This record gives sequence, structure tokens and C-alpha cells, in this order.
Amino acid sequence: MAEKKDYKVVGTRPIRHDGVDKVTGRALYGADFQTVGLLHGKVLRSPHAHARIKSIDTSRAEAHPGVRAVVTAKDFPAVEDKIADLGEGAANVKDLQDNVLAGDKALYKGHQVAAVAAIDPHTAEEALELIDVEYEVLPPVIKVLDAMKEDAPLLHEDMHTDEMGEKSEKPSNIAAHFQHKQGDPEKGYAEADVVVEQEYTTETVHQGYIEPHNATALYNPDGQLTIWCSTQGAFAVRGQVSEILQIPVSKVKVVPMEIGGGFGGKINVYIKPIAAMLSMKTGKPVKVLMSRADVFEGTGPTPGSYVRVKMGATNDGRITAAEAYLAFEAGAYPGSPVGAAAFCVFSPYKVENGTVDGYDVVVNKPKTAAYRAPGATNAAFAAETVIDEICEKIGMDPLEFRILNSATEGDIRIDGPPAPRVGFIETVEAAKDHPHYSAPLEGENVGRGVASGYWPNFGMKSSVSINVTGDGTISLVEGSTDIGGTRASIAMQAAEVLGIPAESVTPTVADTDSVGYTDVTGGSRTAFATGYAAYEAAQDVKQQMIERAAKLWEVDPEEVQFADGVFSSVNGKEQEIDFKGLAERLDETGGPVVGRGTADPNQPGPSIGLHVVDVEVDPDTGKIDILRYTATQDAGKAVHPSYVEGQIQGGAVQGIGWALNEEYIYNEKGEMTNASFLDYRIPTCLDLPMIDAVIVEVPNPGHPFGVRGVGETPIIAPPAAIANAVYRATGVRLKELPMSPGRVLKAMGKI
Amino acid sequence: MSKEKEKDQTQGTSISRRSFLKGVGTGAVAASVAPSVLIDAETAAEAQMGEEITRAKIKLDINDKAYEVEVESRTTLLSVLRDGFDTSGNRVDLTGAKPICERGECGGCTVQVDGKAVYSCMTLALDAQGKQITTVEGLADGDQLHPVQEAFVQHDALMCGFCTPGFVVAAKSFLDQNPSPSHEEIKEGLAGNICRCGTYPFIFEAVKTASRKMGG
Ligand code: FES
Ligand code: FES
Repeated sequence: MAEKKDYKVVGTRPIRHDGVDKVTGRALYGADFQTVGLLHGKVLRSPHAHARIKSIDTSRAEAHPGVRAVVTAKDFPAVEDKIADLGEGAANVKDLQDNVLAGDKALYKGHQVAAVAAIDPHTAEEALELIDVEYEVLPPVIKVLDAMKEDAPLLHEDMHTDEMGEKSEKPSNIAAHFQHKQGDPEKGYAEADVVVEQEYTTETVHQGYIEPHNATALYNPDGQLTIWCSTQGAFAVRGQVSEILQIPVSKVKVVPMEIGGGFGGKINVYIKPIAAMLSMKTGKPVKVLMSRADVFEGTGPTPGSYVRVKMGATNDGRITAAEAYLAFEAGAYPGSPVGAAAFCVFSPYKVENGTVDGYDVVVNKPKTAAYRAPGATNAAFAAETVIDEICEKIGMDPLEFRILNSATEGDIRIDGPPAPRVGFIETVEAAKDHPHYSAPLEGENVGRGVASGYWPNFGMKSSVSINVTGDGTISLVEGSTDIGGTRASIAMQAAEVLGIPAESVTPTVADTDSVGYTDVTGGSRTAFATGYAAYEAAQDVKQQMIERAAKLWEVDPEEVQFADGVFSSVNGKEQEIDFKGLAERLDETGGPVVGRGTADPNQPGPSIGLHVVDVEVDPDTGKIDILRYTATQDAGKAVHPSYVEGQIQGGAVQGIGWALNEEYIYNEKGEMTNASFLDYRIPTCLDLPMIDAVIVEVPNPGHPFGVRGVGETPIIAPPAAIANAVYRATGVRLKELPMSPGRVLKAMGKI
Repeated sequence: MSKEKEKDQTQGTSISRRSFLKGVGTGAVAASVAPSVLIDAETAAEAQMGEEITRAKIKLDINDKAYEVEVESRTTLLSVLRDGFDTSGNRVDLTGAKPICERGECGGCTVQVDGKAVYSCMTLALDAQGKQITTVEGLADGDQLHPVQEAFVQHDALMCGFCTPGFVVAAKSFLDQNPSPSHEEIKEGLAGNICRCGTYPFIFEAVKTASRKMGG
């Protein structure tokens, strides 16, 4: 459907619309929001990883001077045990409530237990110390394999495993088990010349968005609730708050402020309902801010996991069978991304005989949340290193192996559906042709590794409206929060249709009362689906403008043509007017022009990438240095190439952090011991080489300009690519993430 | 937990944090932002240990404007900028510096004090008296962006933009001290700031362009 190739705006690199606001400090983020009569909320968190809450006495806190309200789980309205589709996936509403304020049990250290609103933050903090909670401390279970044991302490005594639709008899920490199967794996292994099977573990890591969660809520006595906050989806916040507090969605307005990163972690609500409850009790606006430790200990990280992959191949490099066993930590409530992991684990390849088993397991850690291609990185770390081992055994170049086994459009996947078109071979070829891949690697303890990453991308719903302004510009109102430049990439798609420069578009991210329903900024969907809605809205404007030109010239609309930003009529005398000229004459031709576009596109088009990395391993300290990094990726059509490069580099940086340093470290009491940026080290500029981002464009047939989402894919390959490079450098395969110096030395047999 | 025990623990945390900050002195913090940060960090930790909370009216010179604000001994410069009121009840309202870790680990709250980049979350308001404080809001000259700001926009050296005010001030300070840095020097110079969106490559480009524009 991609309509033409010679775009005027799409594919260029205009200056972002919000750049000046952001470099001058003027851009307003959630914590910057101020209003009169503001109260400050603080949250009491469980000091225990697993404990029964026997009683909570708030009377001393309530009596403390300056305190205006205290809330606990008792203040929640009753809800049914029901599944609601919120944010990026379905969730049980009771679990949502319990996660916001613990009911009978605290299920992780940092679990929110009570909250206070007071005249200033210090007073609120003092009052927290006056809340008396009686806990019965229970043994915690932190690791997925421990939680799966028969005799493991149970988080939810009434939870039974959903075993492919059937409920298990005995209660268990395993919330669900599913299996995808195709062909006959045993037959496949029998045909194989080599079979490799390995086990892998990964630790919990955090999205690490640098803006802590924040929320200010105001409940008016007329029953209208307004929340100003940082979120990836204002409508998702509206939906969750409405369910948790049992208020109709029509009574909740969410105003998304600028957002300081999310990467999937700002979809679930934590303090937003609390700010709302405190405002309901006090009648005043209440602001609640998290500290960095709160963010680490109390908000969804991405899961630790145990993954086993087995793969067979022939000596001439054909995969004959593959199996994956994926056990993922969901955190305190069911809902890990194991489903996405199962989807992605073998996606780049044609696998005729295979099974994939997925386990969703609760542990005493914060409920996990999405993190950039959730689940896929854990899975690829295993599958992509097993492939590397196979290539080594059969003596085949790992890029050739990938080209040979690439799934092609229509191949049936292990989970059933046919594979869609994606430029896997093209990204592998791009890596092969890149000077990096053929550059000699000199010195000792150095090695080069490759790995690929696949992510299906999401479509989902978006709305955009466009107002034509008398000066020839347009204002574009969208519901997608701009987390990394989507104001510009969406504006560019409207500008392309209307033949105006990107600078002539004024994009605004609107609140939930001011724009049509729009799903979260997540799933790599925004430039694709909201861009699609912008395209539709611009088409609507174009059609109306054609009618205006027809009216002006007193001809039939069919006689008006529009090309390169100019309306023309060839009938009678030749007439021409550009978009700006016509916009100036709206008043003579019928008044305002407002265009509307909605989208719920069902062909998001997957994204895939191939990463090449050179490392040097210090044999004495076990430290891995990244020497050179190249990442290729299919972007379909890069709307704003700088942003696509930025996403590829940013994703790779996060993947490198995950590979080398990042992990939640727990003590035996189940307490996270490194909840700060000093001890949970995310990469700084000292840790990184230049990252060369190579954009490959295989247009997505499901989008008018061929766009594919790009944000998530680049995080997937780095851990596997680095592990493969470390093997070349040291002769040792690392099967645990992160590959911290200690683990490297251990694997090398040095400690 | 008994009151006594709680107090002990609080003190324990502060002391260890203080010694920790001393210990880490040659690493992340000192390598990049001005060494004065360390001294401020210590004082801040000490002040937080103290039992007595005293309030005082002080004068601060922020972006060439005089403010009279009431602060406690434990009040940080960051909290005055963001949440403080002057004595006539007007908000200071300079929210460009961001609270991200509030422990001197990320650089998101960087401002200039007497020409040096400091973490405002680790600087006591009391210690900023009589000094010239410049925040990200004070860098532009009216509508004319500072060359560093211009270069950040030009090179798209931001994604979510939350780390940007801190990086802009840190980069400006750095270029004031080292007008024509090498690539490696830029890396070292900005290592006290974190960008989770991973915009480092664009930030380096922006700093190089700014250096040229500033005649470095
Ligand atoms: S907020 Fe001050 S250094 Fe992080
Ligand atoms: S731009 Fe988002 S953290 Fe730097």
C-alpha cells in the first residue's frame, strides 16, 4: 500500500518541535506541576519481602499536626475478581488494587502499604513513622526455579496453575503454563548432525527511566477527578484508576505531562490512585513523588528468568528441530512477558519441528512491567548463543547460517500463524557488507560476536485531529505521549500528505477529554499507528480543502487536483493555490476545517535487527570492554532517520547495560540491596564506544509510508552478541546475565 | 522498631553514606563535575544527621536575580529552586533542574555555582549564599539560546529530555573550563551525568559543535 517513494518530508531530519522547551528547562514534567493549596503525599512501604499484614493502626499518624489524610487498602471500594484489558495487557482488577496498596499480604519489599497527605513533604514523612503496622514475617521466594518447587512458600494460597486452560488441583506459584508445538521435534533431532542444549539464567533488571513516577490528583466535590502525571498512556491511567477506584471513566480526566522516559515501565499505575484517594479524602490537590529507591523497589522491573534451549542442525547448516523452556518471574502477581518471549524466541527462523513451553511464576519481587521488547531479550540470549555454538560446531559463518535459516513470508511459525514479511536477510546482508564485519580484530583477549533480535510490534488504537489555521499551518492534536520524538515523526506524516513543511505543524499531546481514545506509547506502535491516524486525519483535511478550492473556483471537487502542496484546476481557466493560500481563505469558503483520523491497524509489521560487537576481556579482572558496535535494523521506512538511529543506539545501550552490569541484587531476606544509581549501574558515556546504527528499509505493506516501529528491537540482541564475542575472546561461554566481572572470572575458572 | 533503634539506624545510614561519598571521590563524581560537590555532599549528610532543625532567611543570587528565601539547615539548593518561596510568598519556580536520584548519582540537577557545575541536590541552600547561581533557565539571553542549547537542539541530543537540563549546564561549565576538548575529554567531562535514553553519541556531537560556536 506504500503509496510513493519520493517523499518530501518523510525521511528528512527536521528540528523537533519541543527541542527549545527541553533545552531551556521550560518543558513541564509531572514533578514540575504546581497548583494552589497543594498537599504532599508520602507512601509507607513494606520493609519485608513477604509478610502477612495483621493490622494497621493509623491513629497516631492522623493525629500528627499538619496531616490531612491517611489511606490504606481498607479505603478501596470492593471489586470483583475480574480481568480487565488495560494498558499493554490484561490484568486482574483485584491484583491491581492489591499492588497499589497491600491488602492481607505484603508481597515484596517496597510494596505500598499506606499513604499520608500533609501540608508539606517533611510532615508527611514524619507521619509515616507514626503508622503502626503489625507484620507476620513469612519466608520469601525470590528465584523462579525456587518458586516452582513443590514445597515453595506460596505467595497466593488460592492460586492454581492454569495448565492450558485447566486449573491445577494443588495451589502453586506457577500462575500459568502453556505450550506451542509444531511438527515432530524427535524426528528433527534424529535428522540432525549436531544437537546443542544449554541452560541460561537472567536476573531482574529495571527500565531505569530517570524521571521517577509522579502524580498530582484533584477530586472535585462534583465527582470529577483530574490527574496530572507522567505516563506512557493517559487513557491507560484513566482505565486503571477507574477500575481500581470504581469511578466511571467519564469522571476521570488524565493530563499527561512531559515524560522523562518509560521504556514500558510507565504503563502500570502505582501512586496515581493513591494521590486520587488522598484528594478524595481531603478535597485538596495532592502531589505524590517517588524517590529513586521507591522506583527500584516498588515499580515493575523486567523479570529474571530461567531459559533452556535445545536445537538440532545438519552439517550443511539447516535447523531440523528446536525447543525452548521459558520460566519467567512475574513478580508478586501473575503477568510476566513469557508469552512475548515464546513468540519471539525462534521468530527469525524457519523451524518445522519445535516446541515452546512457557511458565508464568510469581515471586516476592515487584510486579514486573513491560521493558522494551519485554521477554524477547531473555529468550534471545539463550537461542542466539545456542545458534552460535551450532555454527562453531559445523564450521559455518554465523551470518550465513542466519541467511540460510531465515523464515520467509508465509512459513508457519511454531505458535501457528504464518510469518509476515520482514527484512531479516536484508539486515544480515547489511551487517555482512558493513566494514566492521570484515575489519581485522587485533590483539589478545578480543573477540567478535553477532546476534539477531526480533519483535512483532503492535498496532492498537490511536486518534488524531487536525485544525487548519488561517496562516497556513496546522495544529495536530494527538493522544500519544511523546517519549522520544514522536511529536515530530507524527507531525511529519501529516505534513507529507498536505505538502507542507514539518515546521508548519504544531503538535500537541492532549488530555483524555480533549482527544479520541489512544492506546499507550509502547509496543513500538506510536510512529506507526498514531502516524497512521495522522495520515488519515490529513487525508480528511486534504479532502475538505479540495472542496474549499472547488467552491472558490466554482467547479466540481472532482475537477480539483492536489499535488506537491498545490491545489489546481485545469477546467476552464487554469487556477492554482497552495495550501497556505487556501488556508488564508477559509472564511470565504465556509469557515473552519477540522480533520479527524482514527486507526486500529492490524499489520504493524515486525522489526528485526542484527548486531555485531567486538569486545576485549581483561583476563585478570573479568571486565568486558566494548570496542566497537554496529547495529542494523529494518525500519520499514524511517520517518525521521535521526530518531531511528537514536532508538537503535539507545536500545543497544540499554542492552549493553543489561549484558554487563545491571541486576537486582537480593539478600537472603529477599531485600534488594542495590536500589540506587551508584549500586545499580546503568551505562554512562565512559562505558560505551560509538554505536553505528545502520537503517535497512523493507517497507511494511500495512502502512501508507511503509513504516515499522523501531523502538524495542535494538535491546534484544546485545546480551547474546556480547556473550558470543566473549566466547571468541576467552573460549568460555557465559550463560548467566549480567556478565559482570565476577561471573566472567568464575566462568573462566579463575575464582 | 523502637525510637532509639530507629535513630541509630538513620545515623548509621548517613555516616556510611558520607564515608562512601568520600571513598568514591575519585570516581564518578569528581572525574566530571567540580570537586566542590564532594565537600557539599559531606556537609549535606552532616546536616541531615543533626537533630536541631533551624530556619533562617537567606539571600540567594539566582540567574542574576536576588531572592530572599526562608530555608532550614537541611534544605538543599535543588529544593529551593523547585519548591521554594521567597519571603513575599512568590514561588522561585525554577524547575529546570530535575530531582532524579537526589543523592549525587546522576547529574540531572546540575547548576552552576560561581562558575562551577555542582549537583544542586547535594548542595545546601545555606552554602550557596553570596555565590552566583546559574540554572538552565539562566543560560539563554532572552530569545537567544546559549550555543550549547542551540547545539543540543540542532543535533537532537535529547530523547525524553529529562536529563537534558543537567547535561546542558554540565556541558556549558565543561566548555567554559575546556573550550576545545577532545572526544575523550568530553566523555570524561560529562561522565557525571546519566542519560538512560542513550543519546550520548548525539550529545558528543552537540558539545563539539558548541565548542566551535563558542570559538573553542
Ligand atoms: S538528582 Fe542530583 S545528582 Fe541526581
Ligand atoms: S534524553 Fe531521556 S534520559 Fe536523556
